Amino acid sequence: MSFHKHVLNNGLTIVGEISPSARSVAIGFFVKTGSRDETPEVSGVSHFLEHMVFKGTPHRTALQVNYDFDRIGASYNAFTSEENTVFYAAILPEYLPQAVDILADILRPSLRGDDFDMEKNVIIEEIGMYDDQPMWCAYDNAKKAFFNEHPLGNSILGTKESITALSRDQMQAYYDRRYVAPNITVSLAGNFKWDDAVKLVEKQCGSWPTGTAPRGNIKPVEPRKYQQVMTKEKLNQEQVFMLAPAPAADSPERYAADTLAMIVGDDSGSRFYWALVDPGRAEAADMSFHDYEGTGSYFTSFSCEPENTQDNLALIQEILREVQHEGVSDEELAVAKSKILSRVVRGSERPMGRMQALGMGWTYLKTYRSVDEELVNFDAVSLKDIRGVLDRYPFDELTVLALGPLAKLE
Amino acid sequence: MAQQVFQHTLSNGLTLLLERMDHVRSAAVNFLVPAGCAYDPPGQIGLVSIFSDMITRGAGDRDSRALSLAMDSLGLDHSESVGQLHLRLWGSTLARNIPPSLELFADVLLRPHLPAEELDSVKSLALQDLQSLEDEPRAKVMVEMRRRFWPAPLGQDRRGTEETISRITPESLRAFHAARFGPKGIILSVAGNMEWQPLRDQVEKLFGDWKGAATPPPELTPPIKGNAHLEKDTTQTQIVIGYASVPFGHPEYYTALGAVQVLSGGMGARLFTEVREKRGLCYSVSANYQTFKQVAGVLCYAGTTTERAQETLDVTIGELKRMIEGVSEEEVQRVRAGLKSSVIMQEESTSSRAGALASDWYYLGRVRPTEEIQQAVDALAPASILEHVKKYPPRDFTIVTLGKNPLTLPV
Repeated sequence: MSFHKHVLNNGLTIVGEISPSARSVAIGFFVKTGSRDETPEVSGVSHFLEHMVFKGTPHRTALQVNYDFDRIGASYNAFTSEENTVFYAAILPEYLPQAVDILADILRPSLRGDDFDMEKNVIIEEIGMYDDQPMWCAYDNAKKAFFNEHPLGNSILGTKESITALSRDQMQAYYDRRYVAPNITVSLAGNFKWDDAVKLVEKQCGSWPTGTAPRGNIKPVEPRKYQQVMTKEKLNQEQVFMLAPAPAADSPERYAADTLAMIVGDDSGSRFYWALVDPGRAEAADMSFHDYEGTGSYFTSFSCEPENTQDNLALIQEILREVQHEGVSDEELAVAKSKILSRVVRGSERPMGRMQALGMGWTYLKTYRSVDEELVNFDAVSLKDIRGVLDRYPFDELTVLALGPLAKLE
Repeated sequence: MAQQVFQHTLSNGLTLLLERMDHVRSAAVNFLVPAGCAYDPPGQIGLVSIFSDMITRGAGDRDSRALSLAMDSLGLDHSESVGQLHLRLWGSTLARNIPPSLELFADVLLRPHLPAEELDSVKSLALQDLQSLEDEPRAKVMVEMRRRFWPAPLGQDRRGTEETISRITPESLRAFHAARFGPKGIILSVAGNMEWQPLRDQVEKLFGDWKGAATPPPELTPPIKGNAHLEKDTTQTQIVIGYASVPFGHPEYYTALGAVQVLSGGMGARLFTEVREKRGLCYSVSANYQTFKQVAGVLCYAGTTTERAQETLDVTIGELKRMIEGVSEEEVQRVRAGLKSSVIMQEESTSSRAGALASDWYYLGRVRPTEEIQQAVDALAPASILEHVKKYPPRDFTIVTLGKNPLTLPV
């Protein structure tokens, strides 16, 4: 494994990790923009734009984009989060030139009016699809309640209304502001030649406009003691989310926070598992750590029969209080580390996994962390570190959102 | 790099397969036990699902907590999943932790405690699973589709009903274990950075003394077929369309797969292009090939808002029927490229390879070398796909929808 980095004159950064034994190569364009960078009147534009990127350029129609990717057998897609819009493909090594050619080309989309109008329908269908998934609705609304005024609470998809009202020119303006070279990182991992890759990217992207794409409000989020019930009488199960602040992506405490979330709420062998799932009180119960630029949060969630919701809520709060006051045990920490070691190693075995880790690492920290360095960081977490993160980010003030048949919570 | 595949069948009938992958640090193991939900005792549908949860609640010398701790300490990610014909036990961790993990798996398979006092908890989870299905339109429509489309009991839902779950007892779980858990027919596949000889020796030691007769395959009765609409107040209407194909191992398997890829192989494939890209009718549309030993089919899915559901169905059916008009060289070239990539990229994933080894062995009694698959893929041509489609045209559809309104179905 070897790491390489190059910055083009316009500020676009290329990072790569070469793994000669890989059978393929993965490449991703990481644009540092997402729903948190949107104003209310363009809610959902980042994600809609991600779709429009596949709808063609002066050189390719929408159908040609798909055909060109398919012709090289690419496994490709894109996703939009609160903070990033990522376009990626995994291909056999011999097709890297074509993959760079297509990806770089589509990152300068035409945003044609008729394509824009057609794709609006698809976005509205996507909103409808998630609308029928209670877990997703609960997640999205809990995030909104917790982040409240903070832009991280912005919806990624937007609403049917905001998407319907959005104009092509508003999208173009957003694109021009956000898709500037210094705001984009190209990440490559797997079997490829670094010098060739740099030449390919430079040829295609070297003339992209430069500029700055600042991000507003990156302040840490404050705890918000708040409770909301969304009653959906036609559902059978109750979905509950509980959120609390956690360390940010660039905090050294992120490793302790991630480990703590695993001890408390992993899907196997955690405190939540033994208290809720093993005895059949809840179908699922877990805690995960999400880190963002400038802030982070713990997401606790469970789903169960509505009549058990109140008891389960009390049980979870009891577990959180206990962890808050007494911390975790040596054994719990050791077991969590074994699980993390295994997951990190396995997650890094495919170029797609490494490309994502590399791209995200660079976007957030502007540093390279090899798999082994990442393992060392997790291995160094001590009980004292866990205590520290608990003290600085306590669980005692929670935003609680329940979605399902229940009319109210106590 | 040449593939390194090893195989050994124990005298009791358990088959061990290994694909050695020395460029990774991990390994995955996969047990296919011929004890899927098609073997649920009549009147106790849901038993195998309950069994799959109970089986890790203590085994050998360890109680439930000790077993869970032992697995977690090895970094062993594991899952127990219920298929129609097989119960699958899967695990993955660092290669060096696979030998102690196999000891745990041997306990789980041979010496599960199936603790009676935990049955109520597990039943409660099973009932919640059943309740959740009503909250998940896409899963719900699939369950109804499978029930109609496949010969019974292949389409039987693993969840059972409140009533059948209530009849399951600690004794029936133990009886199921005694009757259905024997070495004959079990396929244990391993892929990753493992040495063959020590693995083979360990598996002989752990499973060599296991005795038991083979589970005969279930008797199949013809499917119900027929169309159905499930009324539900949802934002989107769910549409599933099924039609017959040829099973894995059939001489026309690759051309059948090629035809499905023409429909749904990439974003440039016909369904995505015609339904989503050109008309914006839905977010999700696809066709999936599914197979058993004797029967196979293609299940197409689309989810779309109520107002656009009729057009989505009509356009999708239109595309299926248009297949017999032929496919272009350009389309087949894309299909070949997609299949070729996925075959090669599969070699980067220990879990994919472990799964593929087991499935090849179950269907074909051998592991297909990558070159064989490549050659078959390279041989795909418009003429051979068209010939297949003419012999097995998409028709006699089974259509199941779920949503506010029923749709007008093609005659």
